[in-house]
Amino acid sequence: MKIIIIGNSATAVGAVESIRLYDQSAEILVITKESSLIYSRPMLSHYLAGQIDQTRVAYRDPDFYCRFDVQVITDDAVTEIDLAARTVTAESGMTQSYDKLLISTGGVPIVPPMPGVDAEGVYTFTELSDADGILDRVQREKPVQNAVVVGGGMIGIKAVDALQQRGVSVTMLELAPRILSAAFDQTASDMVSDILRRSGVTVLTNDTVAKIHTVDGAIGEVTLRSGETIPCDLLVFGIGVRPNSVLAKSAGLEVNRGVVVDSFMRSSDPYVYAAGDVAEAYDLVVDMNRTVAIWPNAYRQGAIAGAHMVGVERPDEGGIAMNTIEADGVAAMAIGDANMEDSGQADLQFLSELDERAHRYRRLVIRDGRLVGAILVGDVNRAGIYTGLIRSKVPVNDCCKTLLSPHFGLLSLPEHYRKHVVTGEGIEI
Amino acid sequence: MKRIVIHEEYCIGCRLCEVHCLVQHSESRDIIKAYKVERQSGGGLMPRLLFEESGPISFALQCRQCEEPSCLEACISGAMHRDPKTGAIICDESRCVGCWMCIMVCPAGAIQQSQTLHKIASKCDLCYGAEMPACVANCPNEALTYEEV
Repeated sequence: MKIIIIGNSATAVGAVESIRLYDQSAEILVITKESSLIYSRPMLSHYLAGQIDQTRVAYRDPDFYCRFDVQVITDDAVTEIDLAARTVTAESGMTQSYDKLLISTGGVPIVPPMPGVDAEGVYTFTELSDADGILDRVQREKPVQNAVVVGGGMIGIKAVDALQQRGVSVTMLELAPRILSAAFDQTASDMVSDILRRSGVTVLTNDTVAKIHTVDGAIGEVTLRSGETIPCDLLVFGIGVRPNSVLAKSAGLEVNRGVVVDSFMRSSDPYVYAAGDVAEAYDLVVDMNRTVAIWPNAYRQGAIAGAHMVGVERPDEGGIAMNTIEADGVAAMAIGDANMEDSGQADLQFLSELDERAHRYRRLVIRDGRLVGAILVGDVNRAGIYTGLIRSKVPVNDCCKTLLSPHFGLLSLPEHYRKHVVTGEGIEI
Repeated sequence: MKRIVIHEEYCIGCRLCEVHCLVQHSESRDIIKAYKVERQSGGGLMPRLLFEESGPISFALQCRQCEEPSCLEACISGAMHRDPKTGAIICDESRCVGCWMCIMVCPAGAIQQSQTLHKIASKCDLCYGAEMPACVANCPNEALTYEEV
């Protein structure tokens, strides 16, 4: 049995570790277009910030491939999948056959088309080479004076916070009326905005870059949509990613926004799986398949695909959109569906508690008696209990009052659920 | 593998588990020094378990050592791993960057922030493969047991 994995990030690791739990003999080949071996994309902001050196960006030890008996081909992009022949062909001309194929090609950073976008000093922020390029400009003899980050979402904030820690003056641009609008409600957005502004970041909303001006091929200024032109010698697009599904689409697999998969991560071809940012998998909060580009989903989906490829059925119960950021040392989290405004929706109940001076805010959204979303700013302790409640869909009507209590813990929850969490298997909910 | 089993009906809330957990994870392994010196020094010494109490009910909560740990899936640094020898889920504190993804996903809320110079996630390590974790060994009325489950 020969398994080919296209891509070499969280999904690939999840798949490899899962395959080897059940099968020691399958041949595993990873093909990646990148030069570096396995590293962690979410660690790039910590690397850019100077909190860790490059060795710690590695997601697994260097002996990972050897230990799990995996062959890796780097610097080669798969360009074609032949579903009928069960082969993949790469840029180098190499053709490899497979028994099972996992497409984990991840996402492509979104770069809006505009004049000057190919200029030197313009970056996206998803790969190690991006972080190294940005770092090189930040640390060169004539370092960056004015950085502009386009995108006020999670990636944008991570880039902003990292650059800020490097002592670079940063302007953040967000097209929506507020930053973090996809995950946070107005109050949490405002809190993070204030923290960033106080730490020296210029936060501009309802605005983006319209044109890049270059001097000798390098970026020098940008003109904003609002008309203003500001100096800029480093531009980072941190808008987000779209599924890198071209390969799957041209092979003839069913693709919507991402590659359509079932609960075992199988695509429309029974020998081909897709997982991670490229896959459109089940989201249990919105109760439909959608692409959610986050690390935990990528790893878990990879593990589910890996298991199924070697005949072990571990159906996916679904993912939840969630993320954590830090702005000037203040942690913030958004879990599930929590950003909607309270406009008197009949099926929704909003609970919140705000301590502005302590930068502490919690907001919970309950739909039809079940928790569907949580936002935490400042104190994030025990946040996972909310995640557990969202995943398990247990009714929380009877414990609403205690969900935001300062002593919130397992004892705030219904006894049966508490015992289930504490004891696990055997006490079903 | 062996896991810590919580019997909340026997817990009298003495918090000796917490005391002995802290001492076990101190450098001195001395109760007085651990509390009076190490805990105050900003080195981040803290109990790896959470004590919960509400009215007559109380219990000590440690990492549940899940079969399919959410924290391991969510960890971005690779710090969270299953110890090959003991099977316990361990946070390699030299790799952890304190992103709090594990805290965001642990359904028991059993992982805590440790605010040392280097921010790290702090959790139960089953006392590094000890025959009996300190909290279990020092629970006076077997509200914590260590069993093959």
